Amino acid sequence: MTPQSLITTVVFAPLIGAIVAGLFGRRIGNMASQTVTTGLLILAAVLSWTIFAQWTWGGLEPFTIQLLPFINIGEFQSNWSIRLDGLSAVMLVVVTSVSCLVHVYSWGYMAEDDSKPRFFAYLSLFTFAMLALVTAADFMQLFFGWEGVGLASYLLIGFWFKKPTANAASIKAFVVNRVGDFGFALGIMTVFWMFGTIQFAEIFPKVPEFANQGWWFAGSYWHAVDLACALLFVGAMGKSAQFFLHTWLPDAMEGPTPVSALIHAATMVTAGVYMVCLLSPMFEYAPYTKQIVTLIGAVTALFAATVGLAQNDIKRVIAYSTCSQLGYMFFAAGVGAYQAAMFHLFTHAFFKALLFLGAGSVIHGMHHEQDMRKMGGLWKYLPITYVVMTIGTLAITGFGIPSLHLGFAGFYSKDTIIESAFAAGQQFGGVAYFAFVISLFAAGLTAFYSWRLAFMTFHGTPKWAHDDHGHDHGHAADDHASSAQIESHDEPLPNGHDDHGHGHDHKPHESPWIMLVPLILLAFGAVAAGYVFVDHFVGEGWKDFWRGAIFNGADNHILEHAHHSPTWVKWAPLAVSAVGFGIAYYVYIMREGLGAALAARKGPLWTFLYNKWFFDELYEATFVRAAKFLGDLFWKGGDQKIIDGLGPDGVSALSYKLGRRAGRLQSGYVYHYAFVMLLGVAGLLSYALWAWA
Amino acid sequence: MTGILSLITYSPLIGVAAILLLRAFRPHDDESTIRAVKWITLVTTLATLALSVLLVAQYDPANPGFQFVEDHAWFAGLHYRMGVDGISILFVLLTAFLLPICIAASWNSIEKRVPAYMVCFLVLETLVIGVFCALDLVLFYLFFEFGLVPMFLIIGIWGGKRRVYAAYKFFLYTLLGSVLMLAAILLMIGVSGTSSIPELMNYKFDPHLQTWLWLAFFASFAVKMPMWPVHTWLPDAHVEAPTAGSVILAGILLKMGGYGFLRFSLPMFPQASDYFAPLVFALSVIAIVYTSLVAFRQTDIKKLIAYSSVAHMGFVTMGIFAGNALGVQGAIFQMLSHGVISGALFLCVGVVYDRMHTREIAFYGGLVNRMPWYAATFMLFTMGNVGLPGTSGFVGEITTMVGVYEVSTWTAVVAATGVIFSAVYALSLYRRVVFGEITNPALADITDLDWREVAIFAPLIAMTLYLGVYPAAVFDLTQASVDNLAAVYRAAIGG
Repeated sequence: MTPQSLITTVVFAPLIGAIVAGLFGRRIGNMASQTVTTGLLILAAVLSWTIFAQWTWGGLEPFTIQLLPFINIGEFQSNWSIRLDGLSAVMLVVVTSVSCLVHVYSWGYMAEDDSKPRFFAYLSLFTFAMLALVTAADFMQLFFGWEGVGLASYLLIGFWFKKPTANAASIKAFVVNRVGDFGFALGIMTVFWMFGTIQFAEIFPKVPEFANQGWWFAGSYWHAVDLACALLFVGAMGKSAQFFLHTWLPDAMEGPTPVSALIHAATMVTAGVYMVCLLSPMFEYAPYTKQIVTLIGAVTALFAATVGLAQNDIKRVIAYSTCSQLGYMFFAAGVGAYQAAMFHLFTHAFFKALLFLGAGSVIHGMHHEQDMRKMGGLWKYLPITYVVMTIGTLAITGFGIPSLHLGFAGFYSKDTIIESAFAAGQQFGGVAYFAFVISLFAAGLTAFYSWRLAFMTFHGTPKWAHDDHGHDHGHAADDHASSAQIESHDEPLPNGHDDHGHGHDHKPHESPWIMLVPLILLAFGAVAAGYVFVDHFVGEGWKDFWRGAIFNGADNHILEHAHHSPTWVKWAPLAVSAVGFGIAYYVYIMREGLGAALAARKGPLWTFLYNKWFFDELYEATFVRAAKFLGDLFWKGGDQKIIDGLGPDGVSALSYKLGRRAGRLQSGYVYHYAFVMLLGVAGLLSYALWAWA
Repeated sequence: MTGILSLITYSPLIGVAAILLLRAFRPHDDESTIRAVKWITLVTTLATLALSVLLVAQYDPANPGFQFVEDHAWFAGLHYRMGVDGISILFVLLTAFLLPICIAASWNSIEKRVPAYMVCFLVLETLVIGVFCALDLVLFYLFFEFGLVPMFLIIGIWGGKRRVYAAYKFFLYTLLGSVLMLAAILLMIGVSGTSSIPELMNYKFDPHLQTWLWLAFFASFAVKMPMWPVHTWLPDAHVEAPTAGSVILAGILLKMGGYGFLRFSLPMFPQASDYFAPLVFALSVIAIVYTSLVAFRQTDIKKLIAYSSVAHMGFVTMGIFAGNALGVQGAIFQMLSHGVISGALFLCVGVVYDRMHTREIAFYGGLVNRMPWYAATFMLFTMGNVGLPGTSGFVGEITTMVGVYEVSTWTAVVAATGVIFSAVYALSLYRRVVFGEITNPALADITDLDWREVAIFAPLIAMTLYLGVYPAAVFDLTQASVDNLAAVYRAAIGG
């Protein structure tokens, strides 16, 4: 098969699966729906790796296939197309690999669910939209994929539609993403009127012409390329849950855990990073926007890591961790190390999917308990899950020995980012230095919350033995938690079954092999993805690997400088991680119970972190209340009182007064009005014709 | 193919004649008579649809001018002129497409005076198609005004509890607009000496006079759209109208306003259009933001969708007065798309209303548990309403916004907030009606879509997705005429 037909198959295989399972799932049954969708995804993953191998080692040239015109008005020409280059080749393997493993894993995880065809249809639909996004050759298809994954995310967060919290979370995700898309859409419009096209391949060569030009927008004069990039970046902030627009991601954990692994960790949320890297030929001419990207990324990395310290829901901790890692990717892109951002995106996909699916295995084994305070000592009962989760933790904390250049996947990518920030700081100072400091600090926090999770879950004394496995929602420490902070998001149990047919044995149990195999495969990725690909993504061979898909401005040598950072910079991440590990070990192993005691004191810092910096409360008090207030004001005040009062109702009241004299005109019969209307029209018309003739 | 336009326009009257004939022999409303009446109506509307498809197939998209032109001397020196171009032809098709759906949707839900109801719809179809085909001012005005009468009767006779109030409000607003437009039409004929629309498009009215003419036409079309602040008749009219009435109202009658702007305001009064464009932009974005927020607070499903219609029409007026190809083509597309999607949404309301006889949002909840296919259908159209890419709703919104960005970035910015608001009200409606558990015992036995309903929704679903994925099908038809319109407009305002 030609690469063209390979990639076309990759893109459309999930769509076919989604249609089959979605429309005919009830007819063909659960097993057939699962088999079709999963089989097609395995096919897509195998073909994606084939393409990726051809790209990396076979010297495949970039190409674009045009399938069908989409919107075609004048210069606004977009096509349904499939673009292959270094970036999309990477994304293809990330998306299809994780998606295919998540499909397989879901056979076990969703075994008890009533609506399996629907679930697998949504997963495959998501995969298709994500593939459409990464293979887009113009802004319209990018936007299609962008909102398509948003739809799939909305449907999957709200998959258990009987749960009010899930419904609320799904809407929140959609709406917050729409806030981002508001900026994105304006960015696309700006790009179109600036460059006269929305095709990436036509825009990029024109960017330098606009490097020092201005642009009128919303009453102000802006630096042209900066404005376009900043607006587009707002879209990226929404999709990738960056500071200010991050609030939907933790709530998205209401969806089934495989969804969290696929969409809210490995793929969709990285779309923003992908977009910034894809648009590197524009961002390289947008110095101010790059600083904003760096700043937002760094703040997010720190913010999310701090919130992650105080959460007790195992999935929420990982969600905040994702948010924080996305921050790393953004400031990497912001300082100009797009390759490092993409590399971290790549490795993160493996270890974060691993952590989420591992957490799913724990939740499954704990009979739908998600509160880590009710776990402990699980390593004995879930040995394989324990091993792979430990690998995932080592990968996310970036464990590795700098002098040997040997470590887990996160070691290569995260350290490259930290070194790039340092190098950019040396060159430009300011925001990049800030990002460097933050990134080191956040690396320590990452180590703390990751090991805290591991210790609370797998080590220490079991807290589940005397408990009815978690259906009481009252937690001593939680009683004043705000309503937005509902703990213990137990995933619901279909049909009221509670025990997957395990009788009344409430001991935790290891998951079935169908769930463990994907975990083991991802664990391989978490170990090896960095080592194998570091040279290609960010090392000596990066130019040869990306082959023009990522653009670096003439004075952007960040990646080279990063490789020559001083020794202390190379060792610093390991050192801060060790500190984080040490504190976690002290608090949760050596002095077990200290963590709970600290939380129980409800100090101001703990309260602030536990309540996620009170963002939900702030937004509720401002935006949500304002929308409701204005809606009521416009409706009851504007429409009913003013417009209707002065308009038809006023006229009506007036005519009623006159009508008493006019008698039968106000009879209330419709026919009379119709008759009068006809009469009036006919009369006017005949008068007019007469007058004119 | 000369004469095909008249054939399409008056073909519904053949059905009317058949019904009247039938009634002459069987004056009693027994079941078989009623059924025969329904079938006559459905077959007639399907035949009209077939003719309209034929018309589009025969249309030459490369020719920007009027095609299938008919011109006969009429009476009192007036001419009977018909013709379509790329701007009007798709509205003919939209009308013919929605009518059979309306008839099928009324199949069981209308119980009283069925023959009269069917006659109303057939007459309405003739008059509306006439509006889009008329190439003479007087003829246009006749179709335009008489078109209101059947609608008025549909609301007033087959409507809900407050139908008299709604019909009255509808009447009052439209009458105001009509009188002013009539005066303007007479003035135009008096000044130019012709009532031919193609000739008037080339007649250059004095800019000062244009201002007054523009305002008079605006009064009529703005009410029809409806634009803020003359929109308050629409929610009431929708709430009281029977389901099929709402479909026609939202799907077609509102489009007469947008069509009017394109056919008269832009080409005949270009200077005035340019002068007033900022006013139109302001009213458009107010409509988008204001009515979206109002929609968010509604407790009646139909009212919510009606308010969302006003917001979506804001994109249309904004796109039209952007005066460039993107804005105008986007506006035409948005009107077609809205005709399909909002029509479908009103049908979605009709499905549960037929079963439960209430439109209170609070009454419902958890429908997905009993009605999975309904839930999927409603979801698709909700996403269309939200403007999700891949549905037709997206294409119209983005192209009108891109179009208006060239003229006024502020307008684009405020309009773009509409993408946030529409998600808020549409998804919260969907959640409250469809998701959750069934808590109302009255819903415990509610049934999913039956075959008739599936057959009604199928073409609408197909159209929403087809236009969403391949909007080029529409743009290829509208392009030549719109490019011509935009070029002439730009030349006239010297921009």
